[in-house]
Amino acid sequence: MNKLLMTVARRLGLGLFTLLVISLVIFLAVDMLPGDIATEILGQMATPEAVAAIRDELGLDQPIHQRYLDWLGGLMVGDLGESLATDRPVSALIDDRLMNTLYLAGLAALISVPLALGLGILAALYRNTIVDRTVSIFSLSAISMPEFFIAYVLILFFSVQLGWVPSLSKVSAEQSFLDRLELMLLPAITLTFVTCAHMMRMTRAAIINLLSSPYIEMARLKGLGPWRIVLKHTLPNAWAPIVNVVVMNLAYLITGVVVVEVVFVYPGLGQLMVDSVAKRDLPVVQAASLIFATTYILFNLIADVVSIVSNPRLLHPK
Amino acid sequence: MYSKKNLDRQARTGMVSRRDFLKTAAAAGIVASGAGALAVPAFGAGPEDAPKRGGHFRLGLSRGSTTDTLDPAKFADVFMQSVGFAIHNYLTELTEDGELVGELAESWEPAPDATRWVFHLRKGVTFHNGKSLTAADVVASFNHHRGENSQSAAKGIVDPIASIETDGPHTVIFNLKSANADFPAITSDYHMAILPEKGGEIDPDSGIGCGGYILQNLEPGVEAVVTRNPDYWKSDRAWFDKITFLAITDTAARTNALRTGQIDAMDRVDLKTVNLLKMDPNLEVNSVDSDQIYYFPMDTQAAPFNDNNVRLALKHAVDREDLVERVLKGYGRVGNDHPIGASYRYFADLPQRQYDPDKARHYLKKAGMDSLTVDLSTSSAVFTGAVDAAVLFKEHAAQAGININVRREPADGYWDNIWRKRPWCMSYSSPRATADWFFSQYYSADAAWNDTNWKNQRFNELLVAARAELDEDKRAGMYAEMQRLIHDDGGSVAPAFSAYVSAARTNVGHGRIAMNRDMDGNRIAERWWFKD
Repeated sequence: MNKLLMTVARRLGLGLFTLLVISLVIFLAVDMLPGDIATEILGQMATPEAVAAIRDELGLDQPIHQRYLDWLGGLMVGDLGESLATDRPVSALIDDRLMNTLYLAGLAALISVPLALGLGILAALYRNTIVDRTVSIFSLSAISMPEFFIAYVLILFFSVQLGWVPSLSKVSAEQSFLDRLELMLLPAITLTFVTCAHMMRMTRAAIINLLSSPYIEMARLKGLGPWRIVLKHTLPNAWAPIVNVVVMNLAYLITGVVVVEVVFVYPGLGQLMVDSVAKRDLPVVQAASLIFATTYILFNLIADVVSIVSNPRLLHPK
Repeated sequence: MYSKKNLDRQARTGMVSRRDFLKTAAAAGIVASGAGALAVPAFGAGPEDAPKRGGHFRLGLSRGSTTDTLDPAKFADVFMQSVGFAIHNYLTELTEDGELVGELAESWEPAPDATRWVFHLRKGVTFHNGKSLTAADVVASFNHHRGENSQSAAKGIVDPIASIETDGPHTVIFNLKSANADFPAITSDYHMAILPEKGGEIDPDSGIGCGGYILQNLEPGVEAVVTRNPDYWKSDRAWFDKITFLAITDTAARTNALRTGQIDAMDRVDLKTVNLLKMDPNLEVNSVDSDQIYYFPMDTQAAPFNDNNVRLALKHAVDREDLVERVLKGYGRVGNDHPIGASYRYFADLPQRQYDPDKARHYLKKAGMDSLTVDLSTSSAVFTGAVDAAVLFKEHAAQAGININVRREPADGYWDNIWRKRPWCMSYSSPRATADWFFSQYYSADAAWNDTNWKNQRFNELLVAARAELDEDKRAGMYAEMQRLIHDDGGSVAPAFSAYVSAARTNVGHGRIAMNRDMDGNRIAERWWFKD
């Protein structure tokens, strides 16, 4: 167990270092984009004097390493800075939107993960039958369609024709949980369509792979039923690859849903990030990308920990 | 055939009658009979259509961004402009008929000539915080855009002001650097909101104004909520109890929200599907011919565009009617290579330039060329369909032996890196309240956005002279000559004016829709109402 803790600690340390590198890369990348916040805010209306005045006030005339160190210094004491465009604290801007993003990702995961695992097991058990084929065809077709198309089709049927749920998913902090749930339903289902197939296919493949191994043969000869074999004997050994795919999809649900946000007008982190990049609002871009990077690092760590725990051999590497 | 369509369209939206309206005071009758016969819904409205108070109006707008702020100096697009006109008042207002009337200013006069303007403020107007409107508020609000450290997008507009003084609590005097007969119109610009002063300055982010609605909440890029100002001094404006402005960037999302009744009105209808939208009996599509111009600026100082024969060749090498039909789907009018459209007071009806490949070849020959190859930079940032327009131009010009290389540039950063940097690109411009305003910003030799680098001596003399001229006929003559100069010598191929196409549910009532800016001159919050 100590070894596990050591691994986690080492990985966390490496993660912090990765974050630092990412923040530097993003800072440089945004800086290399043509134009800055002053020209982007004023757009076609920019006059040289107004641009200079904005640059001066925001300190954009400082050299880049100075600005990066200033930002890093603020971060060390937990200060994400202020948005260059709106003067609002970045933490306040991100707060609600991060919660919204996590809510949506959570709901989508609650639907898609059990569904994908269930379907995957089902497909593995009845492989090469009509059940397997139906499940595969549906999930693979779903993933082949772009997410905005799925979203529009769902809106067409459930909002425009049937009128069951609204097409705008504009959630806010005052709404009750049930109201929120109703608003989040279509975006969550869209995301389910997009992520389900990956996880389902991996579950199916991992289980089928193990079903041909000798110890399963033995279990079958003992006279165990197929469900018991899968749940008790196969799944524990299949967790490692499955969990890896699951966490990749969970991370995607948090970081990659900007298209779904736009179509459903859902106020999440993705839209904030896109707007901020377009306006070169560096502190907001930095904060959002750090959150996204942290998500990937943490989820990868979780995947590795689960793999190690489910497979004791990995705890004692030779 | 196209031009007849064009004329029909103009008549439908009242364009043809509109100019008469501006020219003659007695035109009201002409407009009512002329336009009414062509079934403009706003005219001949019965008593059942009279504005009613009440209701929660939800407006879906395309251009909200998470970087929006309440500072009027940074209002960027239709979202914050519409919110701005809901919570703020301005010194003057451009009505739906294109007339300049007083809003917070009761009256104004040049004293003694157009270098000095005296504005008399309305008495008894209060801000949302209870403060009474005084001359000091106006001074502070204008000073917000002026001075060395101004970050205002309106800095160029207020530059001609030399100083502002007050004379008692209700009189403001603007001293200009040079005479400008059109100065009062400038005060109607959406940046020039009047906010309460404190210690000689305004708090630009307070969102406090003296408009018809009080700001409750602004969540940038998501929504703005305003409620009716119970103390509003206008009794025939601001009909809704509450308005929610929703930022809905995606056109399909906006359209769905409107069709399912989650919003009551939206801007920027998708022109490709507008005919399907019109079939919905619960919706009304409003197309307003505007003087928003789409144009192709050439750098007149750079080869080959420094030869006016090349510019004229290109101006003859585009089929404007085809462009309007195919790119704008008919929602627009052909342009005539100058930016002044029919809504302007001093619009000069010059002969329309036609697509004529032979003439284009003729001008090329005069320039000593057999054929011409030029690069045209374009981007989707300019307007929807801008790239299509460029490709269409290429096809038209090929008939005249002109080879246009269409270069598609990234939308991100277009205005900073391409516009005014490349010798030939694309741009658009919203109409201004006066021709002088437009010329000063885009065509005078020292203008910040002189995107054609055009330095025509006669034009610049006329521009200054016309500002000081108070005689109507003489002014009209000067502006006509300036338009002709741009038309014949200027650096822009300006083939089309676009229309503002919006949609609303049929229970939403409105009068004639203004054409000076999108969404009823951005004043939809004040002017529209629920019929039921």
